[in-house]
Formats: sequence, C-alpha cells, structure tokens
Amino acid sequence: MRKFMHAAVAAGAFVMASAMPALAQAPESDEPIILTLHDWSGQYITTTIMGNVLKSMGYNVEYVQADYLAQFAGIETGDLTVAMELWDTTAAEALAASVATGNTIDLGETGMQAKEEWWYPIYMKEQCPGLPDWQALNDCAELFATPETGSKGRYLGGPVTWGGWDDERVEALDMDFEVIHAGTDAALFAELESAYQRQAPFLGWVYAPHWAPAKYEGEWVEFPPYSAECYNDPSVGLNPDIAYDCGKPSGLVRKAGWAGGEAIWPCAYEAIRAFRIDNTAMGELVAQVDLEGMSVDDAVNGWMDANEATWQSWTTCGS
Amino acid sequence: MTEVTLEVARPRRRSLGSVPFWLAAAILAGLAYRFSDYLPEWAVEYPRSWRLPIEPWISDAMKWLINDATFGLFTFQEFTRSIAWLFGWLLEAAYGLLAEGFTFGKGEEAFHIPHVSWLALIIVLVMLARRVSGRRLALFIAACFVYLAVFGQWSSAMITLASIVISVPFGVLAGLLVGIAAYRNAWVERAIRPVLDLMQTVPVFAYLVPILFLFGFGPVAAMIATMIYAAPPMVRLTVLALRGVPEEIKEYGRMAGCSQRQHMWKVMVPAAKSGLLVGLNQVVMLSLNMVIIASMIGAGGLGFDVLHALRRLAIGEGLEAGIAITLLAIALDRLSQAAANKPPKAHGSVRGATWLARNRLVVIAGVLLAGSIVAGALVPAVATYPESWTLTTGKFWDRVVEWLNINLFDTITIVKTWLLVNIMLPIKGFMVGLPWPVLLGVLAFAGWRLGGWRLALLPLALGAFVLLTGNWEKAMITVYLCGLSVVIAAMTGIPLGIWATGSSRRTGATLAVIDTLQTLPSFVYLIPVIMLFSVGDFSAMIAVVAFALAPAVRYTIHGLNQVPEHLVEAGRAQGCSRRQILWKIRMPLALPEIMLGINQTIMMALSMLVITALVGTRDLGQEVFTALAKADTGQGIVAGLCVAFIAITADRLIQSWSRQRKAQLGVA
Repeated sequence: MRKFMHAAVAAGAFVMASAMPALAQAPESDEPIILTLHDWSGQYITTTIMGNVLKSMGYNVEYVQADYLAQFAGIETGDLTVAMELWDTTAAEALAASVATGNTIDLGETGMQAKEEWWYPIYMKEQCPGLPDWQALNDCAELFATPETGSKGRYLGGPVTWGGWDDERVEALDMDFEVIHAGTDAALFAELESAYQRQAPFLGWVYAPHWAPAKYEGEWVEFPPYSAECYNDPSVGLNPDIAYDCGKPSGLVRKAGWAGGEAIWPCAYEAIRAFRIDNTAMGELVAQVDLEGMSVDDAVNGWMDANEATWQSWTTCGS
Repeated sequence: MTEVTLEVARPRRRSLGSVPFWLAAAILAGLAYRFSDYLPEWAVEYPRSWRLPIEPWISDAMKWLINDATFGLFTFQEFTRSIAWLFGWLLEAAYGLLAEGFTFGKGEEAFHIPHVSWLALIIVLVMLARRVSGRRLALFIAACFVYLAVFGQWSSAMITLASIVISVPFGVLAGLLVGIAAYRNAWVERAIRPVLDLMQTVPVFAYLVPILFLFGFGPVAAMIATMIYAAPPMVRLTVLALRGVPEEIKEYGRMAGCSQRQHMWKVMVPAAKSGLLVGLNQVVMLSLNMVIIASMIGAGGLGFDVLHALRRLAIGEGLEAGIAITLLAIALDRLSQAAANKPPKAHGSVRGATWLARNRLVVIAGVLLAGSIVAGALVPAVATYPESWTLTTGKFWDRVVEWLNINLFDTITIVKTWLLVNIMLPIKGFMVGLPWPVLLGVLAFAGWRLGGWRLALLPLALGAFVLLTGNWEKAMITVYLCGLSVVIAAMTGIPLGIWATGSSRRTGATLAVIDTLQTLPSFVYLIPVIMLFSVGDFSAMIAVVAFALAPAVRYTIHGLNQVPEHLVEAGRAQGCSRRQILWKIRMPLALPEIMLGINQTIMMALSMLVITALVGTRDLGQEVFTALAKADTGQGIVAGLCVAFIAITADRLIQSWSRQRKAQLGVA
C-alpha cells in the first residue's frame, strides 16, 4: 500500500501543480483526512480520485487499509474519516446501524449502480438454451452438478459475510441447487477463471462494477424482479410461505464519513458529497488496472486529465 | 550393552498394555456413533437452551474497556492511544529512513530528503554477513536482496522491513523482561504460562477487532498484533536460557559482590546470550509469518502486494512478492542465526585499541548509508532502483497454472472425488455425529492414563467451554479437518525426514524446501490450489498439509540425529542390518521427539484455520473470520478460545505421552 501511497503522493503533487489556480483559499485544517482502502481495485480508484481532488484543494490526505465492514468502528470514533464505496447490496444494514449511532453520516451516492446476481459464462447457453431465465436454469441444474453436490447443481456463492440470502432463495424457489460459499472474493474468481479456461460449467455470484464481467463473457440469471416486499413478506412472490423468492436487489453505491469531520473540513465534505462517477467510466478504469496491468495512479491520472471539468466542479465550495 | 537393549525392549511389552485400552475406546466410540439414535437427544446434539451467553458478556466488557474504563487521570483508551501514537511516530521514522524519505513543508517549497540507497543497504548487509559468518552467507544475502531489487519488490520489502525493525526490538525487550520476571518468581511463571499458551494458539484474527478499537486503524494496530503473536517464544526461551546458565557463573557473580540488578544484567543475561538470540530469531520469523494478516489491516508492504496481486488472479505476480517475503525471512533468519552461533569474542583481545578501530565496520556502514542519502538526492537511481531495470516472470507462472488446469484438472478431480467420498466425508460425518459425552469421556480417560486426574479434568473443562458457547459442531469440523491434515502431513513428513537423514546433502536440501514452505505465505499457493481443486474441504486440506508438513519433517530429522551414537554402535556390534538399526533402535528412540513434531504439526494446522476460512470451510476458522468482518469482539474471542482449547488439549496429552515414553526409554 505504501508503494501505492508513495506514487499517490507524487500524483497529488502533479495534480496540485496543474490545479493551483483553483485553490481559492487555504484549507480549514491541516488535520489529515483519512480515506479507507479495501480489497478491490474499483474502490482503490474511486478513493484515489477523491484523495487527489482533496489534495488539489490543499488538504492533507492519508490512506488506510481497513476491512469493509470493520471500518465502521473506526469511522464512528474518527480514526477513519471517509469510506468511498459502501454498496447498498452488502453494507446497507451496517451503514444504517452506524448512522444510527449519530457518529457516522451518509455522504450520498457515488453515481455507480451495484449489480449482483447469479452469473454464468456465455458458453453455458449452448448447453442450456433457455437461459437466462431462472426456470430454464433450474431445468439444467444437473449440468452444474459435481460429485460433491450429487444430482444438484453447484452454485458458488460469496463469502458468508456478504449475506445475499442465496440459501433462502434456493429453498423459496424450490431450486435443485446447492449453495457453496467461497471464503473470499479471490477464491470465487479463481474458480471462475479455472472453469473459464477449461470452458467448464460454472455458476456463481458475480457483481459489477468489477473486472470479471469485462474479462469473461457471460450473463446474469434473470430471477423474478426484486422488491422490498418480496424480501420482507413471505406471502408476496411465487412461494406464498417463504420470503426471498426473487432476485437480488441492485442498489446504489454510497459514501459515508465521520460525523465530526463536517465541522473540521466543511469544504472537503462538500466535495466528497459532490463526487460522481458512472458505471461505464468505472468499468473502463477497472479494466485498465486489473486486465491491462496499468497502475492505479496512471489510470487515475489519465481519467483526471481527461475529465478536469468534472472534478473541478466538485471543488467550488465557498466561491 | 545388554542392559541398554533391554531398556529398549521392555517398554514394548509394557506399551502393549495400552493397546486394549485404545481398542476399547475406538469400539466404544464406534458403537456410540452407530447407535446414536438410541441415545437421548441431548447427548447427540447439545441443546441450545443449555448455552451460556458468553459472547455478549465479552462484547460488553470490551465496550466498557473502550468507553468507560479509566485510571483516574486518563482513560484506558487514552492510554492505548498514546502507545499507538508512540509506535506510529517510530514507524514513520523507519518508513522515512528505509522507504519513503522525509519531506518537510508542503507544495512548492517542500524539501525532500531521500531514503537510504538500495545499493548502500545491500553493501552494508553483505559486510555484516561476512563479519558474522563468512563468504557463503555474504553471497546468499547479496542474492536475496538483489532479487528484491531486480524483481521490483524493493520498496515494498523496505516497508515490511521497517515494521519488522520497529516491532522486533519491542517484542524482544518485552519478552526478555517478562521472561526475567518469570525466572525470578515462580508465581509469575505459573501465571504467565497459560497466557503464553493462549497468545500462541488463539488465531490472530480473533483479537484483531479489540486491537483495532484500542489502537486505531492502520499499521500500528497491525504491528501490535504482530508483537502479541511473536513475543511468547522470547519469554519461554528467556526462562530456558537463564535456567541454563552454569552454576559456576552464577556463583562467580555472587562472589564478585554484584547487586541483584548487576547480577542479572551483567552476568546472567550475557551468559545466556546464545539462548536469547534463538529467541530473537523466533521473533523475527514469526513476525514475518504475520506479514499477510497484518497487511489486511493496514500494514502495507509485501503482504499487501501478495494480496492485491492474487485478488486480481495475477498468480505470477503474487508468487514473486511471496518469494520476496520468503527470501527476506530466510535472510534475516540466517543472519540472526549466524550472530547467535558466533563464538563470543575473547575479552582483552581488543584492549588498547581505539574506539574507532574497534568499531571500524560500524563507522564504514554509517558513512556509506549517510553518503548514499546525499548521493540519492543528486542521482535518483542511487536512491531507488530504476523501474526500467526490473524483471518479471509473472506471466510465465500464470501460463503454468493455466496449462496444469487445462490438462490435469480431470485426472485430479477423479482422485479428489474418490478421497472425498470414501475418506473425508465419512470421517466428517463421524466426528459431527459422535455424541459429545462419549468423546469427552474418551479424552478424559486418556488424560487420566497419561497424567493423572489433573490431565483428566483439563479436556472436560475445555470441552465444557466449547459446549456452553455452542461451538461444538464447528469444533468437530475443525478437529476433522485438522486431524486428517495432520495424519497426512505425518504420513508424508516422517518418511521424508527418515530419507533426509540419509546424507547431509539430503538434509540440507530438505531443510531448504521446508523453510520455503513455512515462510511462503499460504495465500500464494491457495489460489492455484482453488483453481485446481475448487472451493471446498479438499483445497483447505491441501493448504493445511503444505503448511503443517514442516515440523513433522524437521523434528523427525532432529529426533533421528540425536539418538545417542553409542546405542547405534551397540546395535551395529550385535550385527543388526541397516534396516534393523533404523526400525529397532533409532526410530523407537526418536519417537518421543517425533511426537513433539506431530504436536507442532497440530499447532501449525490449527494456526492455518483462519486461512482455510478464506476457502469457505464451515469451521471455527470461519467463525473467527466472520466475527472479524462483523467487528464482533465476543464472537471472535470465543471462537478463538475454542481453537486454542483444542490446541491445548492436544498439546498436553501428547506432551505427557512423550514425557512418559521418554522416561520409559531412559532418554529423558
């Protein structure tokens, strides 16, 4: 991370040199604004962009590696200042709980849409032509079977901590699948890579924005559309007795920060609130980093050069 | 001579006495499993209503500690935060010196002093290696550090090195002080021993959450976790080394009229130096073991590079960074070993020489390093190894794994499926379905036979904790996974160890492989293992075996080599064949030592648990991992204690068996 930070500092200096005129006033405080980094490249990119923008405004910025869910403890105490990517699909409850303490504030959407669902590589369509319909998938369950799952199909879900209600979904929709939980993101995509190399059957939890949908050709399964009632009320949906008889929700990706920071760096918080990037731009950046092997800083600098007007518009505080 | 052979032969007859016991225990367990339907419900599945809410108690205690605990003038949290501040400051200094340089001021008028040059650091380390050992070590150190530079790992390696440079001295010092206190007072030792056991066996993930709360997020928390994990061997070795100081030296100290303080610091500690240096060596190695886990909570450096590469499935890149960790670990290990083994300089030989003459090397090193900083400010290539000079073989390894995957996957799957269906799943079913009173009874009986009623109570008390917290089933899955891995590790490791003792060249080669396996971060091979074996118990088992194999081999070699030569000679004189010498003399005598190796194998297997959680097992490791993700202090600590209790039970039973056996063999 330090290597990366080192380069990020250099990138910050570069941005600063080019953005000097925009620095209308001195920052409110020299206290470092601490941005959290997690374990996927997309989050790195958004955080680095935000960090560079804050640096261009003259703030002191630090990056700290923190666990996606464990970070809330740090944000509540002010150890950490800002988390740039909190997905409604996985962190909604934790964020709500943290906001309820009064020490964390929601800093609004990032402009990205989180999508996550059961996913299969495109070559599976030849063997199971009814896809992407979930009932057609269920009829082909045996295609996805392994010796360990017997006649049932194998669905590789995310780590238990991601939630996702897949065990419940399988039961509610009476599907012939067994949910296997990969322990980490890396394990999940390692298995996808392995299957893809061999053009072997694979069914698993894939999400976007991520490099996987860009690298591997495939589609998401279409379940009955998600609604809040479907998750909360068993009587809604195909199965009258059990909830979760529908697909996964898609959701916004949000930012959040330490409530106490608002008073220390009001302009910085305004810039963070203004931050927006869309799925397409993000997908391109992630692909540059994860597939083409570009460094995060080079990719971010490229984007910042090309979109100077966009990020400059976030920094208009006080003027 | 005949007496000796009798000594070896007699326990064979005596140990036969325990065979019916083990047989009876196995039959009883089998019957209980087979007819568990007839047993009352509560015996098969421990009822939910009998659980105690220990997890929330711990969480509440933690909350109190963070929010309300106070020493009067300042709160507990302020106390821990000031420690964190101190370490943070030191760490920044080390980062600045080794990796980042120092920047004063901001923006245009910023003034930058570069870090120590890569070239100068290599030269200094090589000089040091030559001084403590000789040309061979110097060459080896040069090769290791040149690798770091050429493969583009230098700056990350310096981050890792910086945190080691700061955390190791503190770990060593703390270990030394506690060790001295334990040496002086028997009650301190009694009190500290269970704490040390827990520090070494509770998985680090279990106490990461409270550490994050108390010390804040970032490299400092990671460093403190590293110290907790790495310091216990220093305490143990300090006690051992001080006890080992010859009586004459102690006597001399007393006669010279030393005060108690002088006696300790001027006589005992210098006399125990070589033992203490072994402790230092252990602290360094364990700290490097923690590199990956530490990087998960903000330590950065090589561990972070490994994680980041593997998350992108850049296997080759991950491997290169992983090898950098291994080389750093082995280089520091060899250096500290050499320093430990270096014969103490005879006093008086340097008398009369000036300070400059005595410390010539230190002066040269200092000048070189300082000079390199100045030179680095003028020529960037001196400070930082230029990126255009770096190499990578990453793509090659990616292709190797792809080839293996495409060509061997089907064959591997056939073997894997057979093993799973015929061996692994039945054992898992048995362990989970075995009524808990039966297993506890068998353990208690084994404890009673090996060490009396105290040892019988231990598994009962620890098992009760696992039951009361509702972790029995997960604990049994843990026992199944680790137990099977240990059996496989022993079945491969012991023959390998026997083979390795055949010649010194074989021993050297085997130890090199073992060292690599133990220091290479398991994450590096975990991802290719998943690609070839898919997510599941089998992948987890392979990862555990790869990691836990090392002690089985190491202790076998050690055990066989330390069999008294006169006994082997006696065998030869009686006309034993080589095979007979091995199986009738050396193996039985080495067995207690080998069992200690198995003991270590169990500890290693358990310490890999959290890593296997990354593959998606449903055991205690997963419980700890989930607790970390949810920042649930209680759940993490309870699950961590359950792991520790399994380890302690296994450890105590095996230790007593080994001691009893050694006494029978007369090799104690």
